[in-house]
Amino acid sequence: MPFELLIALRYLREGRAQTWLILVGVGVGVAVIIFLSGLIGGLQKSLVARTLGSQAHVVVRPREELPRLLPTHGGAIVESLMERPAQRVRSIVQWQHRLADIERIDGVTTAAPSISGAAMAVRGDGANAVTVRGIEPGSYGRIVNLDSLIVRGRLDLDGFKAVIGTELAHELGLDVGNRFRLRVGTEQEGGTSGVYTVSGIFDIGNKDLNARWVFVSLRVAQSMFGLEGGASTIEVKGERIYDAELIAQQINGSTGLVADSWMKSNAQLLTGLRSQNSSSVMIQVFVILAVALGIASVLAVSVVQKSREIGILRATGTRRAQILRIFLIQGSIVGLLGSAVGIVLGVGLNVFFSRIIQNPDGSATFPVMFDSVLYLRSAALAIGVGLVAAIIPARRAARMDPARIIRSG
Amino acid sequence: MTDTPATLLRLSGVTKDYGSRVITHVLRGIDLEVTAGEFLALTGPSGSGKTTLLNIIGLLDRPTAGRLEFRGADVAQLDETETTAARGRGIGFVFQFHHLLPAFSARENVMLPLLADRGRRDREMQERADELLDEVGLADRASFRATDLSGGQQQRVALARSLVMRPPLVLADEPTGNLDSESGNQVFQMLRDFNERHRTAFIIVTHDDRLAARCDRVVHLVDGQVESDTRQGAT
Repeated sequence: MPFELLIALRYLREGRAQTWLILVGVGVGVAVIIFLSGLIGGLQKSLVARTLGSQAHVVVRPREELPRLLPTHGGAIVESLMERPAQRVRSIVQWQHRLADIERIDGVTTAAPSISGAAMAVRGDGANAVTVRGIEPGSYGRIVNLDSLIVRGRLDLDGFKAVIGTELAHELGLDVGNRFRLRVGTEQEGGTSGVYTVSGIFDIGNKDLNARWVFVSLRVAQSMFGLEGGASTIEVKGERIYDAELIAQQINGSTGLVADSWMKSNAQLLTGLRSQNSSSVMIQVFVILAVALGIASVLAVSVVQKSREIGILRATGTRRAQILRIFLIQGSIVGLLGSAVGIVLGVGLNVFFSRIIQNPDGSATFPVMFDSVLYLRSAALAIGVGLVAAIIPARRAARMDPARIIRSG
Repeated sequence: MTDTPATLLRLSGVTKDYGSRVITHVLRGIDLEVTAGEFLALTGPSGSGKTTLLNIIGLLDRPTAGRLEFRGADVAQLDETETTAARGRGIGFVFQFHHLLPAFSARENVMLPLLADRGRRDREMQERADELLDEVGLADRASFRATDLSGGQQQRVALARSLVMRPPLVLADEPTGNLDSESGNQVFQMLRDFNERHRTAFIIVTHDDRLAARCDRVVHLVDGQVESDTRQGAT
């Protein structure tokens, strides 16, 4: 064992109460960082997962229809009132090619066609406005894991089968195997309607969507909205969720289609997450500062207490640099052991919050993130803080005049 | 080099002043030559500058003026690291208040100068420490913590520590001052034995005239000056 490490360890062992106090101090600091980061990280992850559990990272749709100017005839001025046309459900032109283009973009893992349009779900006297979503279960399943959200029945969209949300099922009194009618447009305007059998009921954790969304097969939706062979939207999933906006911009740039990222559609959520992050960082900075001051003050006291021994060490041939290293090592060890205490404490608190405090359905009230990178980073931070905090006491120790110390007995 | 090989230490006109506004002249032009293997007592009343002189000789302090040569080298020319190395390898210390590290065992305390010099523990240094502890009669106390030893035993450990680097010179500041007469006698006899056996030079600061009388040479300081320098037959 190197000389400096031997002395540093022995000093820490000797100053038992002092060492324990500072270890607990550093430990509590690291625990606060880990607990807070775990809690906030878990909360954010769960919020984002809940948001992205029901939607794609990027949704691509055709450009909006714009009003067209009436042609002028022989120079006659035609007075016209320009009105924005109502948006119909339209197909993306050559969507298969666009989908292939999108899948080639860096960071995109998969893309799936879908059709989204308004309809009425009718059963008996009950009628609810719904959004019909035509999907291919295979390709759409790679974007939103609909299968895992089914609470009754199963995800089966063969023929005229549909999967509806818990809220709609409740409102229309539907259950698996029951039938209901989906009507698009009015009969006077040439609308279509058909009877569908409920094959599954989903719960995506959002009451509004549970009441509104009705999933049918893409082929059925195509005929329902008169888009034979078409797709009104392409849903995209990327490798990293926070790259979604970048991917949306690239899709828009390369295909000319409108691409909305989840970040844009959930701007409020994102702002909330960012402010949460900022406050968490502020808390961490102050905790680190307190830890650093704690280590520095304990080591400063230790230097004073050990001044006689430092004098002996210097008199018996210990170099200034060695004395400096003894105290720097002490700071680092305090950081290392303190972070170990802190990790155990922090993870313990996280486990307590996630296991003990639970919702009636058994899910965690405070979803917590367990992240080994965070633990390693916290340990490295604590060691670094310990080292930096030890610099001033260590330099003071190294500068001590052995003659004066020995003279004073 | 003008020194004879036997000259270990030479001080020429060494002075030491303390303070900036009110200057205290602690040492006033000390000339002293110590040869290898000498057994020298440094005596004088309190405040005569004995400890200051010892610190300067021990390279713990620097003179205000004058020249100090240790083993033929002008100490003023050495930088901090070289001074520490010269002190660590060339000079052993025995202090009045034992000055052992309480968190370490007797063996570890003896090994300290070797550890600092070599950077890490090895078998040879442990054997050397045990050998010395045996010589001071503490072989069975090697693993005792310093705080578990009596005053006399602690001073014997300090003596073993001062010799572990096999230095040509050991400085002892009142080595028996804090011990009862029996322990004091025992420690003094050990210094003498080491001196005779290893030809290690000793400079011993003492107030005790009887101990001084048992040294080969007595240098008496008064008011920072050498008042007398007497060579006498060993007892």
